[in-house]
Amino acid sequence: MMLTVLALTPLVGALVLAFWPRSADPRSAKAVALLVSVVALVLAIVIALQYDPGAGYQFVEEREWIPAIGAHYALGLNGIGLTLVLLTTILTPLVILAAWGDRLPDPSRTNSYLAWMLALEGLAIGVFAATDVFLFYVLFEATLVPLYFLIGAYGGAGRSYAAVKFLIYNLVGGLLMLAAIVGLYALTAEAGEPSFLHSDLLGLEIGEGTERLLFLGFFIAFAIKAPLWPLHTWLPDAAASASASTSVLMVSIVDKIGTFAMIRWCLEIFPGASQWASPVVLILAVVSILYGALLAIGQDDLRRLIAFTSVSHFGFIILGIFAFTTLSTAGATLYMFNHGLSTAVLFLVTGMMIARRGSARISDFGGVQKVAPLLAGVLLIGGLSSLSLPGLAPFVSEFMVLAGTFTVSRPLAVAATLGIILAALYILLMYRRTMTGPLAPGSEGVRELDRREVAALAPAVVLIVALGFVPQPLLSVIEPALGPVVAAVSDGDPVPTHPVEAGASEGAHE
Amino acid sequence: MLELSWLLIAIPLAGAALLLLWGQRSDAFGHLIATAASAAAFVLGLVMFVELLGREADDRSVTSTLGTWIETARFHVEFAFTVDQLSSLFVLLITGVGTLIHVYSIGYMAHDERRRRFFAYLNLFVAAMLTLVLAADYLVLFLGWEGVGLASYLLIGFWQHKPSAAAAANKAFIMNRIGDVGMVIAIMTMFATFGTTSIAAVNGAVGDVSATTATALGLLLLLGACGKSAQVPLQAWLLDAMEGPTPVSALIHAATMVTAGVYLVVRSAGIYDASEVARTFVIVVGLVTLLVGAWIGCAKDDIKKVLAGSTMSQIGYMMLAAGLGPAGYAFAIFHLLTHGFFKANMFLGAGSVMHAMDDDVDMRHYGALRRAMPITFATFGLGYLAIIGFPGMSGFFSKDKIIEAALAHNLWIGLGAMIGAAITAFYMTRLMMMTFFGERRWRDRVHPHESPSVMTVPLIVLAALSVLGGALYLGNWIGDWLEPVAGHAEHHELPAPVIVIQLAVVALVAAGVALAVWLFRSDVPDTAPADTDVSILTRAGRHEIYTNEVNGVLAVFPVRYLTRFLVWLDARGIDGLVTGTADRIGEASQGLRATQTGYVRSYALGIFGGALVVVLGLLAVTLG
Amino acid sequence: MTEYITLSFLLFTIGAVGVLVRRNAIVVFMCVELMLNATNLAFVSFARQHGNLDGQTAAFFVMVVAAAEVVIGLAIIVSIYRTRRSASVDEANLLKA
Repeated sequence: MMLTVLALTPLVGALVLAFWPRSADPRSAKAVALLVSVVALVLAIVIALQYDPGAGYQFVEEREWIPAIGAHYALGLNGIGLTLVLLTTILTPLVILAAWGDRLPDPSRTNSYLAWMLALEGLAIGVFAATDVFLFYVLFEATLVPLYFLIGAYGGAGRSYAAVKFLIYNLVGGLLMLAAIVGLYALTAEAGEPSFLHSDLLGLEIGEGTERLLFLGFFIAFAIKAPLWPLHTWLPDAAASASASTSVLMVSIVDKIGTFAMIRWCLEIFPGASQWASPVVLILAVVSILYGALLAIGQDDLRRLIAFTSVSHFGFIILGIFAFTTLSTAGATLYMFNHGLSTAVLFLVTGMMIARRGSARISDFGGVQKVAPLLAGVLLIGGLSSLSLPGLAPFVSEFMVLAGTFTVSRPLAVAATLGIILAALYILLMYRRTMTGPLAPGSEGVRELDRREVAALAPAVVLIVALGFVPQPLLSVIEPALGPVVAAVSDGDPVPTHPVEAGASEGAHE
Repeated sequence: MLELSWLLIAIPLAGAALLLLWGQRSDAFGHLIATAASAAAFVLGLVMFVELLGREADDRSVTSTLGTWIETARFHVEFAFTVDQLSSLFVLLITGVGTLIHVYSIGYMAHDERRRRFFAYLNLFVAAMLTLVLAADYLVLFLGWEGVGLASYLLIGFWQHKPSAAAAANKAFIMNRIGDVGMVIAIMTMFATFGTTSIAAVNGAVGDVSATTATALGLLLLLGACGKSAQVPLQAWLLDAMEGPTPVSALIHAATMVTAGVYLVVRSAGIYDASEVARTFVIVVGLVTLLVGAWIGCAKDDIKKVLAGSTMSQIGYMMLAAGLGPAGYAFAIFHLLTHGFFKANMFLGAGSVMHAMDDDVDMRHYGALRRAMPITFATFGLGYLAIIGFPGMSGFFSKDKIIEAALAHNLWIGLGAMIGAAITAFYMTRLMMMTFFGERRWRDRVHPHESPSVMTVPLIVLAALSVLGGALYLGNWIGDWLEPVAGHAEHHELPAPVIVIQLAVVALVAAGVALAVWLFRSDVPDTAPADTDVSILTRAGRHEIYTNEVNGVLAVFPVRYLTRFLVWLDARGIDGLVTGTADRIGEASQGLRATQTGYVRSYALGIFGGALVVVLGLLAVTLG
Repeated sequence: MTEYITLSFLLFTIGAVGVLVRRNAIVVFMCVELMLNATNLAFVSFARQHGNLDGQTAAFFVMVVAAAEVVIGLAIIVSIYRTRRSASVDEANLLKA
């Protein structure tokens, strides 16, 4: 029941907020939203504390839902799901706190703005916990609704175009996935009882051609969501039109559904087809890394820049997943968490800059460091984590992805490593143009962060630093969950050519 | 005590964190906290060093583990730190020179409103640099490696309001990142080959792997070392880095951080021992840089850039020595230490001069400062004697040993190093003549004065070390001390007796000095001659041998145009494909719109027509 | 028997052509009625031919529906005439794209 309660908490909160009297003090609605999200966070922490890393799926719930087609209401968490549920519940309170001062197109609709955010949180938790592919699909598509409204109704200029583009892209993906799900139904019905349960699908016998088709149906949906080059163009538009908080929810949480689902539904259910597709996917991932980074360098809009850095980072995540080694997949999963944090910091802090300056163009800023050193410092930390500076959280995951990939394919890993130069370019050029030099006209009004904003940013910054040195709590949860996945798609990790027993040659050179 | 090596890092790190988090309330005393933290680390380092001295030679490497960093089934990295003969020397250099520079900065940065932040960054640098040298694992080393890069970035760009400083900071970080790619790939190769990245394990086992792998590792690490140590071809950032406050140039861009590449090569002795090719590359890089740096040093009028060119050149010596293998490792480190003393001394002296000249760095505006600034002159002069290798000074011993080792390895390399020594003498004498001798060429309203004692005391200490640093060589102490780390130096046949070589070097140095004295004894124009009026050598030197232009053509412009092209492609090509599809559908709908006339009869006709088609279809099916 | 069907066919065709070519809504309406009655005739004839009541039942349904349709249709035509001062179907072309 724990997971149902966890997912329902924000959904009920959203319902309450939807009917919250508009005449009431807007602060009361914000307080309710924050309270609900904090309760969800506490629940998630309780779940995490009870979680046993070695024991597979936990907090399992399973009920018949639509017996005619074999759909179940089935929830359960493994280490990967737990990591992402934690990410979701950690970021939502921060996002709500940061959205406190958002200037909406229609200020009287703050309640519904917050309600949609909570609804999105609840649905995202459901997606990460669903162990029935039909339930997963329903929730996966349901997340589009709040996000569509968050972009389309509460964004900035060009919001309706961006919202429609977002929706159409994702619906196309969803349609393909629906077709694949119907295919799965047909297969399971043929084999006996129709069932969409993860555990039943694992053992399903599928012919080679069918498996590849079904895999593609799922994979394209997830690749659009993630987004993988060349299916990425909806993301920059959506990020440039959405409010900062919405962008965080979209990029840090909802887009992770794509990469999360690649592991759970592509690798596990269609191992053969995943192996078949992996050479192409790996190349696309490397293209994403370099292409996203190069495009980020060329942007003048802060939000589009961050969106393109995310395309690059998602490339790393997908690279790690499809390299099929324990190290790289564990790194990729950790990367999902870390990227969520660092992108959240970047989107939120640039959102604060944009709100103060009234423009998102990098060329409209300059010398901000002088008037707002703390803001500049947070931007720098966010940026440095985005370029994977050792000591900050993303480095560990990026290195794991690269090192794991390296054991499988050296050329690809080396090409991906070039991304770290480009990352330095896009972050440092952006920082230099906005924060250093003489104060640009118009930038005087960029105030220092206030207490509420510090409260919204500090937890993420602290986590980024802490996880940079102590990633082990998450890794120890993630890695056991990936054992079966990797075992399904590969014949075991490549072994070192000249293995050295740890400690055996301690001081061998002396 | 030696197990507490992590404390060495923790103390300055805590200082940095304290100052950054405490905020403006600690403005008044922040610099004292930082200096105290650095000094405490020095004391701790000294205690550890003494303890090492008291141990048996084979018991002087102590590795202690603070905790686990990354732990997975296949990959395991611990925060492990090694105190041994090599790292303990570095600890003393970093914390000792670091503390002196902290003290100096109290005076130098006294009027800067962001002084607390400056000290926080300095402490951060010390912590990162200690991590680099103490690390027992390449990945932890890389953590320190990037940490010093970050501190360097923050400190070069400390005066962020100057666009040139911000640009220089970016350049330094990005060029270092190019080197970092080499480091990262090297570490990945270690993981793929050995399953571990522990420094001891890798260097112990590297002898068993194929020569290709060993060479690849050596070259990749060399790429990283080139970035950090400003060696050709990644040297261009160092001259720009002089935009940072002068204490930063002294600590980071002369004494410690830029020598990290040399440390890396010596620390990876196992890898370089296994690959002759990689060692040759190290030698070539070192030799080329040593000449290029000296060349640039001859042409620049900016006092800090002359010193920066000199730093490149001296690090070239160290690289060259490190590339010689066991024969040179100890001398590389020896020269690194003495260079740390005299170059820090001279940079701080230059800072003192700039302080007196209202932050003017152009030597053509100096002249005759020896009377105005006697202490600075005296200390700088001692540093000068040390760097040109005046007999008896520290630089004499350390450079001479490298030249000897180079001669023993290959005559031409040795001759190159000897020519470098002559050029060094030339450009340093030029600097001395233009700054301290000759007639006054001061700008109006400039009144040179000696710096306060908080700045001169560190100068005096460093000057003393510059003179006495050669004592490390007494009875080949440093060679014996480092032998367990660097390997035993075989005795090599020299092409000539040692005394002959020494005399030849001294003669070359004297020639360089004499030439410079004669050229710059007087009538130095106070504005630099135009590029067209100087020899092609000077012109190339002034433009840093056109490396920035080369980098521009090879890297900057391609990336810029590729970026623009891709931005265009993304909007027109990829997104255009999608929006184009949408547009086509829209146009098709426009065409279909014409059928909606609004006349009832046309709709009715449509219905009848449709019904007719259905009926005919049915008939066709049932009858046919 | 064929005669009845032929008549039904002719009536239906006259009605259909009338719907398509006449402008006056009342006339169009009457033509629709003509078509309905043509089908009624066909229904009844076929019922007679097959000797069962199905066709006759259907004819009754058509009559009931036609009566209801007349009520609503005439009401719409009258209200259109009131607002537009015309009962021409060509002038009620708001659906035009």
